[in-house]
Order: sequence, then structure tokens, then C-alpha cells
Amino acid sequence: MEKQILLQVEGLSISFAQYTKGLRRRNLQVIRDLGLTVRSGEITAVVGSSGSGKSLLAHGILGLLPYNASMSGEILYKGQELTGRLLENVRGREIVLVPQSVSYLDPLMKVGNQVRKGRKTAGALERCRELLARYGLPPDTESRYPFELSGGMIRRVLISTALMEEPELVIADEPTPGLDLTAAKRVMGHFREIADEGTGVLLITHDLELALEVADRIAVFYAGTTLEEMEASAFQREETLLHPYSQALYRAMPQHGFQPLAGTQPYAGDSYEGCVFAPRCPYRGEECSIQEIPYREVRGRKVRCIRPELAEMSGSPGKMDRSPDAENLALTERGRMA
Amino acid sequence: MDKRQIVRGFAGLARVLLLILGVSFAAFFLLAVSPIDPLQSNVGQAALGSMSQEQIDKLREYWGMNTPMAVRFWNWAWDFIRGDMGVSLLYRRPVAEVLLEKTANSLWMMAAAWVLSGVIGFALGVWAGANRGKWQDKLVTGYSLLMASTPAFFLALVLLMVFSVWLKVLPVGFAVPVGTAAADVTLADRLVHGILPAAALSLTGISNIALQTREKMAEVMESDYVLFAQARGEKKWTMIRRHGLRNIALPAMTLQFASVSEIFGGSVLVEQVFSYPGLGQAAVDAGLGSDVPLLLGITVVSAVIVFGGNALADFLYGIIDPRIRKGRERGR
Repeated sequence: MEKQILLQVEGLSISFAQYTKGLRRRNLQVIRDLGLTVRSGEITAVVGSSGSGKSLLAHGILGLLPYNASMSGEILYKGQELTGRLLENVRGREIVLVPQSVSYLDPLMKVGNQVRKGRKTAGALERCRELLARYGLPPDTESRYPFELSGGMIRRVLISTALMEEPELVIADEPTPGLDLTAAKRVMGHFREIADEGTGVLLITHDLELALEVADRIAVFYAGTTLEEMEASAFQREETLLHPYSQALYRAMPQHGFQPLAGTQPYAGDSYEGCVFAPRCPYRGEECSIQEIPYREVRGRKVRCIRPELAEMSGSPGKMDRSPDAENLALTERGRMA
Repeated sequence: MDKRQIVRGFAGLARVLLLILGVSFAAFFLLAVSPIDPLQSNVGQAALGSMSQEQIDKLREYWGMNTPMAVRFWNWAWDFIRGDMGVSLLYRRPVAEVLLEKTANSLWMMAAAWVLSGVIGFALGVWAGANRGKWQDKLVTGYSLLMASTPAFFLALVLLMVFSVWLKVLPVGFAVPVGTAAADVTLADRLVHGILPAAALSLTGISNIALQTREKMAEVMESDYVLFAQARGEKKWTMIRRHGLRNIALPAMTLQFASVSEIFGGSVLVEQVFSYPGLGQAAVDAGLGSDVPLLLGITVVSAVIVFGGNALADFLYGIIDPRIRKGRERGR
């Protein structure tokens, strides 16, 4: 049975008003026509390289963008548009954020107080202790300040803050950087547990391998947009991936040849026409750089490609087009992902 | 007390002594090289003309003009170390006594200005910083910039014009009513006379504290942890109370203690305008009249007060900020 859709994002765009040279204003588009779904009891992982605007996605869903940002598109939470009153009611209660680093904790407040959000009721105290214990943190963590904890401990404290409520949706923003593999796997495991308890998890990460271990669905994020959203199991074989970039990611994994894709992602603000991936795509045709590429349904999943059947047929890694100038670009995909 | 604390204590003490030595010597040196002739400024050209050479020599001796500079400084310093601050040449009373009296006049006025500018400046800064870019912010910033660029004595003159000359609700000057016996002066009299000087001092003092607090507050409101607090559904006022005040309290405290020196400096000008017989005016008189013992006495006292303020801020910082306190505990 299909699980209930909790969060549905469609056509989401976020841009910043920016002043360049004197008083010339320009709009910097960071996220463009992004779509994804999160179901109750499942983890949807948004996977993309660092610095490509993934954190903005989390902040955008929660309505926490800076004043100079503007957002358009549709965010549906349980079928209702997530704005205004509804957003204010669910933010921090039903929808919680697990932020990415220690800077999201008040440096001058004891950890316990922060996890409890200042509540001092017996129930809150007990719940807090329970959570810290559940994540293997010593009892005296409560009375410590953030600067006294290690990176791994901070991460677990941040997860605890999310579970102080009874969330329906957890948005985790890059929960693993700076952790060694064991610690990172353990953190990912915690999110799996949370999902298994019936909560939906939106996991924003740059680490495809780790995401594949726990996630139910993967949304491939590239240059501010999603290129393909599929079941995580589709990543077991290259042939089941529809978008050429997804296939490139597959081949870049160590166990599948460690093969980097030449070229770099366009930066936010770089203008392009047609397909954002076209400059690096081995199957690009003339039509790819002319028309806007829709995020459309192909064989039960969303793909942003007008000729996925080409990619599907080829499937062999050796066919990647490697133009000489592309070779010279030092920054490989693997390098950026790591 | 372990060894390290004792060492730190001694280092602190040595710093104060060095500071006092340096400051007093600087003041002495400036006075000694100033072109003011003590005889001319204190006795007057006309009176000097009618004096015999013998009388003039006596006066020169009294003002110490025949003794070399180094010797004079040494004499003063040696007496000072033994607890004798000397006799004021202008007032003909022991410097300690004059200082006590002047400080008593100034102290509450400066304290009031210090507390008022601190509290009001802090409140305005928080208000502006929490509403950055909105009208509240523009109002506070505008006021602060205007005040910061207004000299204290000018503001004092304006206040004097408005409240004493036009509205006639507050006295024109002095610390007590004119023509009243010292025994009949009430506390209310003293308070009323201090209102304008204190207001002039605090109105200018507010701007600096408000601007700096605003900056800090705005920084906190844009921090990741406030964003996270927002993501957890905390309301604006809760965030200001829980995170804002907590994180700007320390810098504000440092600022408040550092502002002691500004209040002190400002009081010199303000007291002059209001003919308020306080420390500030005594300093001006001593400087213009070449009253070396009095000026050095005032210099040392103010240096100690300012140094004490900063040292106290340092000390409190170490106690309050957990990052410093815990670091020290672990270092032991």
C-alpha cells in the first residue's frame, strides 16, 4: 500500500535581490522549478553537491528565508498550502528542523535548556533526559554548553531537539559533514528509526552513498533544481536510472568505477537556456538547448529530461563524451561531492 | 588561592602603578611646559606691577617656579607614595579634602548620567536592533547619530536655554541655591541642581551605547541560532529575551564600564557650562591656574576610577561568560 503523501513541493523557485556595482539590482535565482515529495514513514533524500542551495530549500519550506529573498511555487503539507497561519502553527511542532552545525545552538545557553526550549515541566525534563540517553549522550550533557561538546555529540543533541515535539515531518539539513564514517552512519541510522516510527523525513545531504543506505526515495539535486526523483532501489543498477546525471552519479561511486564526470555545475546566477545539464550531457541534442525542460512524469517517476530513452538504451559507461576542454577542468564531480 | 592567581594579582597591581605613574607624569609634564605663567594668571598683571621684587620672588617660590621640573615631580611623587597628596595652591587646603568635596558634588551627578545613559541606551539599542531596517531602527539611529555629533557643551547650553531661561523650571547653575546658608540646603535642592548637568551628560552618552547595542542585537537576530529558534516556533519577543539579551549582555557590560571615562570627560565640559562645582570644574581651574598638586590629584583619581571600571568589566566577564570561566577551570 502506498504511504500517505505528507509534503509535496512543486515548481519551487527561490531568488535573491542583489545589488551589484553601485545601485544596479539583479535577481539571483538560486532554486528553480524544484519538485519533490515526502511520505509519512519514509525518508526522501535530496542529494546534491555542497554549496548548490540545498539548505535554502529547508529554510524555504519553513518560511525562514532572509528578507531579500522571494519564493514562488507550491508547498503542500497534508494537501494544504503551507503558508501563513498553518505554517506558524506547525513550525517547530509538527514540522521540525535538524540544522547542520553547532552554530545553530545558542553559545551561552546550556544544552538541556535548549533541547527543552526553556520548558521546565517535569514532563519536559524527563523527555529531554530520555532523548539524551536514547542517543547515547551522558546525563551531564544537559548542563554543558555547546562549546564543550564534540561534533558528533552536537549532532545528536540537534536530533534530540527535533524529537522533543511529536513531529510529523523532520527536515534534516546536512546532518553528517565533519563526522567519521561510523558516526555518520549512526546519525543516518537515527533518522531511519525516526522514519520507522511513522514520521516523514526530508534528508538534505551531499553524501549519496550514505543516503542510499537509509533513504526510501532519492531526489537528485543539480544546480538549484531536481533532475530526477526515484525509489532508492533504482540506484542499484545504472539501467534503471533515467536521467544522464543520475547515471553519472552512479558511475562516480567507488564501487561502480569511481568515474568522474567532466565539467562543473553552473553556479547560481549563471544564465542558461534549455537544459541545465546539457553542457555536460553525452546525449544532448539540438532541442535540449532551445526549449525549457519540464519536470515530467516518465514511467512513474519525475524526470527533467526530454529524451530519457536515449540514456536508457545506452547504459554503458564508456560512451561518455569527453571533450578535450572538459578534461582540463580540474574540479571533478567526485571532488565536489566529497 | 593558588600560585597563578597570586601572580595574576601582582601583575594587575603592577599595571595600575605603572598607569598611575605614566598618567601623572604626563599631566605634570604638560602643565610644566604649558605657556601659562602661574603668577600672571593667579595674581594678575596689575597686582604684579605694584609688587616689590622681594614679594614677587616669594610668590615664585610659592608656585614652585624656581625648582627644576624633575625635582618638583619627584617631591610630589614621594609625598604621594607616603599618602600625602599635598596642598592645593588655589584653595590653600589639602588636596585630599578638596577632592572629597568636589567628588561628593560630582559623584551622584555622574553616577546618574552613567546609569541613565546605560539603561536607556541599552533599551533603545535592543529595540532598534530587533527591528533592523524598520522605522524604530531609523528613529534610534537618527537620534544617536545626531547626538553623537553634538558636542556635550552645546547640548548643555541648549538645555540651559530651554529649561532655565525660557521655561524657568530648573536653576541656571551651581550645585546649591544662590544666597542660601549651607545649613539650609536640602537634598531636594541638590537634586534639582543636578538634573540639567546629568541630563546633558546622559543624552550624549546614550547614543554611543545605543548604536553599539543595536549592532550587536542585529547580529544576534541574524545568527543561525536565532534562525533555529524561529524554526522551532519561538515568537519574536521570546527570542529576544532568551537569546538576544543573553548574548548581548556581555558586550553591553564591557561598553558600560568603558563609558565611565567618557562620562568623566564629558563632565568637565558640562560642569563648566552649568558652573557646577564638581571634579570637572576643579580640573579646569587647576589646569588654568597651574595648581599642580590638585591637578595631579584629580588625574590620579580619575585614572584609578577608569582603570577600576575596565578591570571590573574584565573580571565580571570571566565569571559570567561560560566559555572563559570553564576554560580557566579546565586550565587549572
